[in-house]
Amino acid sequence: MLESLIHVCLAGLSKGMFIWLVASGLTLIFGVLGVLNFAHGSFYMLGAYFCYTLLSMFSDNFWLGLALGPLCVCAVGFVVERFFLRYVYHLHLPYQLLLTFAFVIIFDNLVKILWGGGSIGSPTVTGMAGSVSIAGRLFPTYSLFIMAVGPLVALGLWLMLEKTWAGRIIRAASSDREMASALGVRVPALYTGVFVFGTWLGAMGGGLAVPYVGLLTPGMGEGIIIDAFVVAVIGGLGSLKGAFLGALIIGLLSSFGTRFIPSFDMFLIFILMAGVLLWRPQGFFGEAS
Amino acid sequence: MGRYLPYMAFGLLIVLLVCIGLFADRFVLYLTMRVMLLSIFALGYNLLLGRTGLLSFGHAAFYAAGSYGMALFYLHINPDPLLGILAGVGLAVVASLVIGFFCVRHTEIYFAMLTLAFGMMVFSLIWNLRDITGGDDGLVGIGRNPLLGFSIAKDSQYYFLVVFFFALTVWIIHRIRSSPFGLVLAGISENHQRASFAGISIKSYRLAAFVISGAFAGLAGSLGAMLESNSDPFSAHWTHSAEPVLVSLIGGLHTFSGPIVGSVLFVVLREIIERFTQNWMLWLGIILLVIIMGFRGGAMGSAEQYLARWGRKFREESAS
Repeated sequence: MLESLIHVCLAGLSKGMFIWLVASGLTLIFGVLGVLNFAHGSFYMLGAYFCYTLLSMFSDNFWLGLALGPLCVCAVGFVVERFFLRYVYHLHLPYQLLLTFAFVIIFDNLVKILWGGGSIGSPTVTGMAGSVSIAGRLFPTYSLFIMAVGPLVALGLWLMLEKTWAGRIIRAASSDREMASALGVRVPALYTGVFVFGTWLGAMGGGLAVPYVGLLTPGMGEGIIIDAFVVAVIGGLGSLKGAFLGALIIGLLSSFGTRFIPSFDMFLIFILMAGVLLWRPQGFFGEAS
Repeated sequence: MGRYLPYMAFGLLIVLLVCIGLFADRFVLYLTMRVMLLSIFALGYNLLLGRTGLLSFGHAAFYAAGSYGMALFYLHINPDPLLGILAGVGLAVVASLVIGFFCVRHTEIYFAMLTLAFGMMVFSLIWNLRDITGGDDGLVGIGRNPLLGFSIAKDSQYYFLVVFFFALTVWIIHRIRSSPFGLVLAGISENHQRASFAGISIKSYRLAAFVISGAFAGLAGSLGAMLESNSDPFSAHWTHSAEPVLVSLIGGLHTFSGPIVGSVLFVVLREIIERFTQNWMLWLGIILLVIIMGFRGGAMGSAEQYLARWGRKFREESAS
């Protein structure tokens, strides 16, 4: 019983860290730009497909693919922000959400055209293909690796935002756009930069997902974006700390839900999301408005 | 003249629909029915989005409530079509009343996220309660029994029932929009603080708009269940909630006829584009992009603008 519980916890933690990788970019973009980006799931999907292609076409080295794939997606993110999103910041919410939704539709179909509509089996990572024995049972090594990467990304983001010059400017622009602009910060360029960086985070999540999820499908972004929304909402829209904690909660909840009440695991997650929105709409770490 | 224009347009539309029903082939009939169902869904929805300014990502849940309410009533209680529609709409009203009660506490992004959460809750229930809803298979075998003595089993007969409900929806929504109630909704969307200072209970009005739009989603759902003779669990998925938004946007968010025109364009364009390529969704995405970047009024809004400009030019020329 105890061994089983430990493994449910481990599975939950690795799932949570995996969602965090995607939700971090989404949260960063919302916190600074104020746009809830449906297309973030598409960047995750594109990241996975680009990494897969680099992997199968050029070399067997997973890490090279992981380094280059997300950079290609950054170019896509740049085009989306610079030539489209920039012109809708001043519009009402429906237009912003629908613009990013239009990109979801477009990217889903482009992937279908370029890579085919079926699912693609993904390769394993050399050195991490096996499992290790924990508490008498086998646990995939790669999941342990994801569990290590998640906190590292969180630490990196924290250091960047709190300790560097660029981070200070980003925080300034997100708390008061006009003031930052008056003090000489080029806010539009900063927005583009943050969006591209957020895109990179999402695409990294996708690249790391290649060995983790096992199958690549053209609709894979739509599933993860809802998970990421839930996490971002629970933690408080725009709060990275909250998103990290929210990802842990959702990972564990869905893992325990699948283990003990398999028919209602999805229901549980959404009831938690609705509950947080009603009881504390700013989330665990969001600022009260 | 201008005052009677909407009524003339409405009469012409009904005559056209009846002509299609009498003379068109089965394929056109089916497409026209799909257009009308989508219009009913979107007309109700746009009362919430275009008029009250609330973006919901959960209305697919009410469509599904109508669809499953109709199906369950038919399969377990009574196979009468009119009672079935009533049951479907009833279930949708109850669902939207309960969900709406919680959702109208927020606006903007929090409202959108809350409706998304509740909508996905309904989806997960439909997906997992296999014994009641059939899980991923949905409910099948919904027949069309005679309605008040008239047979509606054939598509060409059922068509006129759909026309009836479509006309009813257009009439009711038009009445609501021009009623004091509808004007208050527009006022709230315009400036909710001012509306509340004027003594208006904003939440009750928002809830009323929410329930009305939910009821029409349910009507579209129950008619859809009879048309397809099944209930599909994915009709409750959030991606289906995006459909009335897209249709309203294509037709024009802030016009009355926008959702209808948008539905026609949506279904017709899909048929045309699917003849040539397999990537209808890609083109839909590009069309949306163009509309949001350049023609935010949608088809009807842009047409109105163009006509107004043209009319002004015409008057100036005739005056000089």
